[in-house]
Amino acid sequence: MKLKKNIAISETGFVFDPNSGDSYSLNSIGKEILELVKLGKSKSDISFHILNKYDADEFTFERNYDDFIDMLKHHKILENE
Amino acid sequence: MTKLRYERPIISKINAGVPDKFGMKTSVETLNQIDTVPVKDILEQYGSPVFVVSEPTIRKTYEEATSAFTSRYPKVQFAWSYKTNYIDAVCRAFHKLGSWAEVVSGFEYQKALNNGVSGNEIIFNGPDKSDEDLKLAIENLSLIHIDHFDELYTILKLAETTDKRPKVAIRVNMNTGIYPQWDRFGFNYENGEAWQALNRLMYSEKVDVVGLHTHIGTYITTPNAYSVAISKLAELATSLKKKFNHAIQYIDIGGGFASKNTLKGAYLPGKDTCPTFDAYADAITGALMSANFAPNELPTLIIESGRALIDDAGYLLGTVLANKRLADGRRSTILDIGVNNLFTSFWYEHEVLPVETTTQQTEDTTLYGPLCMNIDVVRAAVQFPLLQKGDKVAIRRVGAYNMTQWMQFITFRPNVIMIDEEHNTHIIRKAETNATFEAQEVIPEYLKS
Amino acid sequence: MNKPKYTIAVTGLNNTDNPGPGVPVIRALRSAKSFDVRIIGLVYENLEPGIYMENVADKVYQIPYPSVGSEALLNRIEYINSIENIDFLIPNFDAELFTFITSQAKLESLNIKSFLPTKLQFEEREKEKLVEFGEKYNIKVPKSKSLTSVNDISKLRDDFDYPVLVKGKFYDAYIAYNSEQVIGHFNKISSKWGLPVIIQEFIKGTEVNVIALGDGRGNTIAAVPMRKQYITDKGKAWGGITLGDETMLDITCKLIKNTKWRGGMELELIKNNEGDYYLIEINPRIPAWVYLAVEAGQNIPEALIKLANDEDVPPFTKYDIGKMFVRYSYDLIADISQFEKLSITGEL
Repeated sequence: MKLKKNIAISETGFVFDPNSGDSYSLNSIGKEILELVKLGKSKSDISFHILNKYDADEFTFERNYDDFIDMLKHHKILENE
Repeated sequence: MTKLRYERPIISKINAGVPDKFGMKTSVETLNQIDTVPVKDILEQYGSPVFVVSEPTIRKTYEEATSAFTSRYPKVQFAWSYKTNYIDAVCRAFHKLGSWAEVVSGFEYQKALNNGVSGNEIIFNGPDKSDEDLKLAIENLSLIHIDHFDELYTILKLAETTDKRPKVAIRVNMNTGIYPQWDRFGFNYENGEAWQALNRLMYSEKVDVVGLHTHIGTYITTPNAYSVAISKLAELATSLKKKFNHAIQYIDIGGGFASKNTLKGAYLPGKDTCPTFDAYADAITGALMSANFAPNELPTLIIESGRALIDDAGYLLGTVLANKRLADGRRSTILDIGVNNLFTSFWYEHEVLPVETTTQQTEDTTLYGPLCMNIDVVRAAVQFPLLQKGDKVAIRRVGAYNMTQWMQFITFRPNVIMIDEEHNTHIIRKAETNATFEAQEVIPEYLKS
Repeated sequence: MNKPKYTIAVTGLNNTDNPGPGVPVIRALRSAKSFDVRIIGLVYENLEPGIYMENVADKVYQIPYPSVGSEALLNRIEYINSIENIDFLIPNFDAELFTFITSQAKLESLNIKSFLPTKLQFEEREKEKLVEFGEKYNIKVPKSKSLTSVNDISKLRDDFDYPVLVKGKFYDAYIAYNSEQVIGHFNKISSKWGLPVIIQEFIKGTEVNVIALGDGRGNTIAAVPMRKQYITDKGKAWGGITLGDETMLDITCKLIKNTKWRGGMELELIKNNEGDYYLIEINPRIPAWVYLAVEAGQNIPEALIKLANDEDVPPFTKYDIGKMFVRYSYDLIADISQFEKLSITGEL
């Protein structure tokens, strides 16, 4: 699972996909996670990072993370390797 | 180190043309207390979901409505529309404030009697009054509003069997510029049917024609339609005076005032377009004052408003059961509140608010109820904050028609509580249990054991 | 003498093939002789062309749709006002006018002036009340009927001959030659603009319009008649020419006198072959072709600002006849960074 090439993530959380011309917006946690995904971090790395930083329980985050990743796939921002 | 507040990660597509909520700095509104009582405490004590009726709001709304009318017209009487919400405590709250009762069935009529309303302060409307109902109403000197000729002749016949003179009015339907025109109830004005009915009653000499009644429709946002209705009823009253030298005692303008809920299909939200009581009162009393009534024969104005008086006082509180993605990527949230309890979601875009601020982010969401039934949709598409399972929600303006039209389907109807003037809470209708249904059902012997 | 400089907020920067009046209103304000301006563009959508055009808005803010409710809209305007200190507001969308008209007190408390029709004026000219309006003010209008349900369509045959016009409460008008087409338009219009949908008798003739400004006391401050020379498939003028038609001016002045119209307006009239004028619609705001009137000698937006500022504004007495406008389209080149900034922050 990796970020499609050329996807641009700006400081403001604006995402532009030059392949399709679509643009998206992220909330700040969404941006943080997408940047970690871009660096090739695994789900457990990302979970560790987020749970350390934010007040969330593991199960809630796992549910939300999976949902977020599904949405990224849905929008074709992530592709399967 | 204290941790930062967590929020679900989201990504939303920016559609060219459609404005995005991001950066708009609009804050997510919450509803965490009703009359200073914390919503969380109510849910903890009475379970989820739960209906809440605020008595202070009933009083405030009632005072607003009555003063709009009494400041413009000397003789005004409100009659509580039972079908809008006939939980006894609610009815009694209105009677305590001075409302008569307006009922449309034998069931409601009995309820009004049990709530201590005296017979001559009950208005009996509707197309379905049995002979038994009518007899009782005649005996009690209730105000019978005749809907059709079959009922008219039944009353004339019953009048011969009693020494009481029935107090009657006719319901009149008419063109007031409102679409659709409600022509299924009462006698038509334009084609002369109403005048004909009045003549039949007057010539019978067996009944007292005490009033004229109309109810021009529902959710009327153009107050001027009421002026038209009053003028037409006043025409009939003037004709009665001229032909029979008979003065009627009251004009009952019915109800139909809008509430601040937003109707499906409306472009602007209801809280922006709903006319004020002053606007309705202006239209209605203005037309009454300019009609041809002698000053000593001014009829009492009766108002049967239901929705506008109770909608704001009702709340429905509930809980998020689950979040889920639909096949097309749209987010959906399942609540424990469905169309079984929130019947009005079939025609309103109800405002569903989080009880606590957990996030300022929203996402386009479909809100479903808990029923295993495809039509159980509370909101088809709404910008909704990112709530998690277990988070609480509150729905505003549900006081009208839900606690009477709710359906019992696959689960129980919940507790209804009232918050009184001192902000104490009381159960006014107990949640149903299996025993409620067992009490009603009968199993034939051969199916037992 | 120094000219004052006003900060004026303007909506309707959607200069598309169905243009909003915002960009031409701004053009008129920028050519005003009696004041200078700083323009705040208020936009609903992130691709309204006026956002990206040069010398149109000095600053742009996104605002929430009126359908979200006046509270959200006013909160947003309060926020924008706290930064920009707005002197005047000119709303240009039919769909937002009700909200702004009913929020006058709030706007005044923010020291934002506007010059809008009263609620009564706004409501009595609504499309579904055109017949009553015609009766009240003694103006010929086409036969109209409001539909609240698809089921009403089959009954239209009793009252109307096809073709008929099918119109939305705020926008959109389509011609239909049979009931199937009415159903199609009904569904499309009602899903977008709500109910009712209005059916109107189709009157054959020439479509002519008047742009006008009333001072709220019965005086016509400005009035310029125009004939559409070329109409797009959406019924919008693509070219037009000012007319010297005294009857149209008479109709306008009488109407403004009798209604005491306050603010800008556009009368849409049809002149049939017998030379009778039928009023088909009153738009309660300045129309998109306003700049034609400006060049013909009547700067209506400038006069409107002066009225809003409580100044005495003498009526315009003349305009050039035979002035023409021709609309054109033009591909403006923008950068995604502008789109990003507006989409994420709501400001540009």
